Amino acid sequence: MATETVRPGRVRRRPGPVQTSEGQRAEARLAFYLLIPTGIVLAVIIAYPVIRAIWLSLNSDARFGTSEFVGLDNYIRAFTGTGAEAFWSAFVFTTQLTIVTVVLELVIGFAMALIMNKAFTGRGLVRAAVLVPWAIPTAVAAKLWEWNFTPDGIVNQVFRTDILWTASHWSSFWAIVVADVWKTAPFIALLVLAGLQIIPSEVYEAAKVDGATALQSFRRITLPLVKSAVVVAVLFRMLDVLRIFDLPFILTNGANQTETLSTLSYKESIQQLHPGYGSALSTITFVYIILAAFLVNSLARADVVKAQGGR
Amino acid sequence: MAVDTAPTRPVEAPARPASRFTGFLRERGLLLLGIAFIIVYCLAPFYWMIVSSLKANPLLDQSLFPTSPTMTNYKEVFSSDNNFQYALRNSVIIAGTTTILALFIGVFSAYALARLQFRAKKVVLGAVLATAMFPLIALLTPLFQLFSRLGWIDTYPPMIISNISFTLPLAIYVLTSFFSEMPWELEMAAKVDGATPGQAFRKVIVPLAAPGVFTAAIIVFIAAWNEFLIAFTMTQTLAAEPVTVAIAKFTGASEFEQPFGTIMAAGVLVTIPLVIVVLIFQRRIVSGLTAGGVKG
Amino acid sequence: MPRRLGKFVIIGAIVAVVLSACGGPDEGGGGGGAQGTGPITFVAGKDTSGKYPAVIKKWNDAHPDQQVKLLELPEAADAQRSAFVTNLQAKSDTYDVMGIDVVWTAEFAKSGWLLALDESQFPLDQMLKPAVDTGRFEGKLWAMSYDTNGGLLFYRKDVLDKAGKQPPKTFDELKALCPLAQQNNMDCYAGQFAKYEGLTVNFAEAVQAAGGELMTDNGTKAALGGPAVQGLSFLADGFKNGTMPKPAITYKEEEGRRAFMSGELLFLRNWPYVYTLASESDPANKVKGKFDVVPLPGFTGAGSSSLGGLNLAVSAFSKKQQSAVEFLKLASTQEQMKAMSIASGEPPAWADLYQDPEMVEKFPYLPALKEGLLAAKPRPVTPYYQEVTSAIQEDAYAALQGQKAPDQAINDMTQKLNQIATQGG
Repeated sequence: MATETVRPGRVRRRPGPVQTSEGQRAEARLAFYLLIPTGIVLAVIIAYPVIRAIWLSLNSDARFGTSEFVGLDNYIRAFTGTGAEAFWSAFVFTTQLTIVTVVLELVIGFAMALIMNKAFTGRGLVRAAVLVPWAIPTAVAAKLWEWNFTPDGIVNQVFRTDILWTASHWSSFWAIVVADVWKTAPFIALLVLAGLQIIPSEVYEAAKVDGATALQSFRRITLPLVKSAVVVAVLFRMLDVLRIFDLPFILTNGANQTETLSTLSYKESIQQLHPGYGSALSTITFVYIILAAFLVNSLARADVVKAQGGR
Repeated sequence: MAVDTAPTRPVEAPARPASRFTGFLRERGLLLLGIAFIIVYCLAPFYWMIVSSLKANPLLDQSLFPTSPTMTNYKEVFSSDNNFQYALRNSVIIAGTTTILALFIGVFSAYALARLQFRAKKVVLGAVLATAMFPLIALLTPLFQLFSRLGWIDTYPPMIISNISFTLPLAIYVLTSFFSEMPWELEMAAKVDGATPGQAFRKVIVPLAAPGVFTAAIIVFIAAWNEFLIAFTMTQTLAAEPVTVAIAKFTGASEFEQPFGTIMAAGVLVTIPLVIVVLIFQRRIVSGLTAGGVKG
Repeated sequence: MPRRLGKFVIIGAIVAVVLSACGGPDEGGGGGGAQGTGPITFVAGKDTSGKYPAVIKKWNDAHPDQQVKLLELPEAADAQRSAFVTNLQAKSDTYDVMGIDVVWTAEFAKSGWLLALDESQFPLDQMLKPAVDTGRFEGKLWAMSYDTNGGLLFYRKDVLDKAGKQPPKTFDELKALCPLAQQNNMDCYAGQFAKYEGLTVNFAEAVQAAGGELMTDNGTKAALGGPAVQGLSFLADGFKNGTMPKPAITYKEEEGRRAFMSGELLFLRNWPYVYTLASESDPANKVKGKFDVVPLPGFTGAGSSSLGGLNLAVSAFSKKQQSAVEFLKLASTQEQMKAMSIASGEPPAWADLYQDPEMVEKFPYLPALKEGLLAAKPRPVTPYYQEVTSAIQEDAYAALQGQKAPDQAINDMTQKLNQIATQGG
């Protein structure tokens, strides 16, 4: 029916009268078959190395001898032992980076999407421009920003500043933030734009007829309808930034306490060849990300519940 | 068609023409400002990339405008030292195959997750998301050993398969969220209106699904295009190296020299065609959406 | 049924484990002595300067059934090491001859990744001893020195000549010349001080300039001590009293080169590659014809460079070790080293080539470099080098930033290095 298409929130199939178990089973079976390819791919490429990494993390790192099962020793070392200082520093830095970058990307990306959603001449070119930062290979972008942030680089030139970007903690922080936000705000813009495009313009017109202001339209119509796109965007960006590696590695090499969880894990696993400890760091990161995703998901769902209840 | 939000209010008298005009101007002005912001934000660093690629010695010459532009960096990119064209070929094949396969698998999975009811739905969604959460670094060595035993080093399959698994979670999430939002009832409505199932699918479902599928496709393609770590670990020669690895191998005359100009030239060469291709596809698919029309 | 789906995921994971655990060719361990001949793969960082074509062509012409194929890695040392480590840990037989950084010898050897070389088969006495020593570990020769590298002090000859001054031999003399820099609107001195391997090199050179060394007892004990404090203090104070410009804390090789070639520096510590580039005609190059090089300064006399360079080694898992060793023998002849050097500008390990008139004409810095190389010391030869350099960078960088007093930094560094060097295994 007509009204269903414009109800905010996800369109859920109302649980009607209890379906026959036969029908339920048939549906479940179809779902199973449809999900098999995903299951295989993810199992082979991800599940197996993850299980192996977790197993490694429970063993000691004897560089030139034999490693033995040590249970949670590597984890204790990271949390309270010899690795604690480095670990917690990386943990805090990564968290700060994540919060700031994701918020900035969301705001900028959302603004870009709103603008691109309007009809105007040259809209196609603006869309092309938005794709550019994101399409540049990360390796090239990292090198570009590495050069931009040297003391005599273009950033200091254009803004007439003298900041030694990579020589202290907070300037490094902002350098990484700028580089990352620049590159991936378009990703959020794209997702939000696709969400916006599904909203038919008649909805806004009807609202205007009803006397809603632009702000009210935005809050009551736009936001709820793009919510799921925004949640997906925020979730995945968060996953990505919590694992950020390229930019801090190339820009600062972890100097001035700018080590992230992934650069630390890389240095332990590959540079210092401590696969056990490195895997422990990766596993801790993994658990941290799961918890963070859970948090975001619950926050998002909480809003949905409120919206439906508030009607 | 009423909106289930604010309570209905009496229609206000139309505003006076003068303030409506300034309101219109203000809106247009803001829009222009917004557009200008976007252009500068996105393109200023890209401009710097282009300018640097046209300078003979971008390390020393930091001027904002190339005083004597030269194409030496671009020639260097395709010279026999670098043979970038092979890397481009590899990237297109890898990213293209990844996108097609990932979308194919993803669409089926997303349809199941969005439209079908089964008990483990939340678990599956959570599991799919969880696979996207493990730091890539830790996966490299076991994957290398796996593909090494299969004799697949320096071929396309390791990268394609790995890329599919890294992009699949995101693709599934994007597609699932779109498929959940889609008014599937329109298909039923079209059939009621007399359309055959095939027509209903083509004229209603496909245009509705298009922006979601297209968005997922771009995301997957660019993610695969940008991938470096797996490609670097699994390839050795230009038989299979994508552009990200090839660029990392650009070198100057000595191990310490950083060929900034050549790297920027390669970056420009890689970005512009990508943007053009995406634009072309976007036009054709998005126009499909507006042509089909989303009926209220 | 969701349960069936779960089972499927588990089956998939088991399949993956089985696939990776079996199947595929068996890895051959590096047994005693070199065995096997046939086509070989030579793996090294990419080099477009033409370093390898000569030796590759000569080999291929002479051994049509043992053709050598060049496999290139990125120029960044860290990326190269990643590639080597991944392959060697997997005991892959893909790599036969490897071009490895001089600081990896001990680590790779102890990990069992290299084939021990028979010293009698190589003309070691014809090569610079410090360079040869970078291939030695625990009494055996594991890698052949191919090209070597040392630091040079670049200086603005035009500025010094105008003031009638000689280039400095000690750091005190260098500091005394700093007012000249100010008069000419330049900064005085820079090296490589960002937190990366280059910092270890510069720090090592400062310690060696004071007559000390980083580690002793075959890399099992930290030396450091008084000379290290003197060296580090010079660097740290240099940032405070303006000898080094503040931005130099972010400098790697290229940043310093940029500053020098743009006319912003009076003195620069860098590798010889800068010489060639600074002699190029380019409107942006302000120092063409206006600079020269001298060996690194010390505190009481001449300084001592840290050793860079590339060694050639044979993989312990190679199936064609005999061919690989023969290839190494060909590469370590005077003729081939000269060809390599002339083409690439990389200093050779062969001692006599530093007096060769053709070489000196092309690379005027060779005599100064040789002086420095003979007094050079390798960075610590220990299988735990990655940890050692990480610890050194940590404390040295803190001192340069003024966050730790130099003697405190050296104390901490000594503790850490001793800890690292005495870990078991």
